[in-house]
Amino acid sequence: MKARVYVTLKAGVLDPQGQAAKHTLGRLGYGEVEGVRIGKYIELTMDETDPARAKERAAAMCEGLLANTVIEDYRVEIEPEDADGADGAASEG
Amino acid sequence: MTTTFGVLRFPGSNCDDDALRAVDVVLAPAGSRGRIIWHKDRSLGDVDAIILPGGFSYGDYLRGGAIAAHSPIMDAVAEFAAGGGPVLGICNGFQILCERGLLPGALIRNESLRFECRDTHVVTSGRQTPFTRGIAAGAVLRMSIAHAEGRYVHPDPEALWRAGQVVFRYATPAGEVSADANPNGSVLGIAGICNEAGNVVGLMPHPERACEAVLGGGGQDGRAIFESALAGGGAA
Repeated sequence: MKARVYVTLKAGVLDPQGQAAKHTLGRLGYGEVEGVRIGKYIELTMDETDPARAKERAAAMCEGLLANTVIEDYRVEIEPEDADGADGAASEG
Repeated sequence: MTTTFGVLRFPGSNCDDDALRAVDVVLAPAGSRGRIIWHKDRSLGDVDAIILPGGFSYGDYLRGGAIAAHSPIMDAVAEFAAGGGPVLGICNGFQILCERGLLPGALIRNESLRFECRDTHVVTSGRQTPFTRGIAAGAVLRMSIAHAEGRYVHPDPEALWRAGQVVFRYATPAGEVSADANPNGSVLGIAGICNEAGNVVGLMPHPERACEAVLGGGGQDGRAIFESALAGGGAA
């Protein structure tokens, strides 16, 4: 089973990296960009068949290591095992 | 009476030998000793204080200090700290202590987005810790910084200040805290903090680089931090 983990800076935490990217996008002619926030995408391949348990474990991993909850939020999505695995549909956390 | 410092060594530590030299050579005449402790060890052995040195432990993978914070030795450090043992984190060591939760807050990318490497001045708050016993409130220390992720953030910095956990703030040579003297955008100009009990201290500037006349423009202001932790320290 695969878990997709998105780690993003909390609202209110200044993201100078995002600001620099926004500045450069503006120079490239993308003046409509009002804000850029840069985060991390982490893919976990897990030996686990229960989507609920996989999600719970992935969230614990975020708390323990993958995210620093002082400055970052995280979101976990569980990828269905296969095309028929509708039960494991992507869910938000 | 001697005081033994254990200096942790992680893969990617690069100020470990400098810190060891400060406590094992420079301050040896004052009764200071030091030895390296490997990150895979599970016991600290017989030491009086712990130093987490600067560097780029584990290549700063994930976040600065995030991987080292869960090294085997860190359980022993947490236990030592819980028992009131003096623990000093310098630069990456400060990041490791925050990531481990032994210090509050976090250190993120400098506001300038640049690696800042230069002399700074910090003013001491007067908070009594094992590493500031010998330093008067308001004293200004000149020490260099060298980091890309040293901007201190905290969900409630004012509360941290009121709790007396702010130990060092970036300041002018005259001791005035100002935006111009702040090299990384740290909230309240914070350069160093301690835990509630005061026995765990972290700071971004490098005291071990300011211990000998031959280094860093000859300043020796960093010595007072290590001297404070010596048995009967604080008399300096």
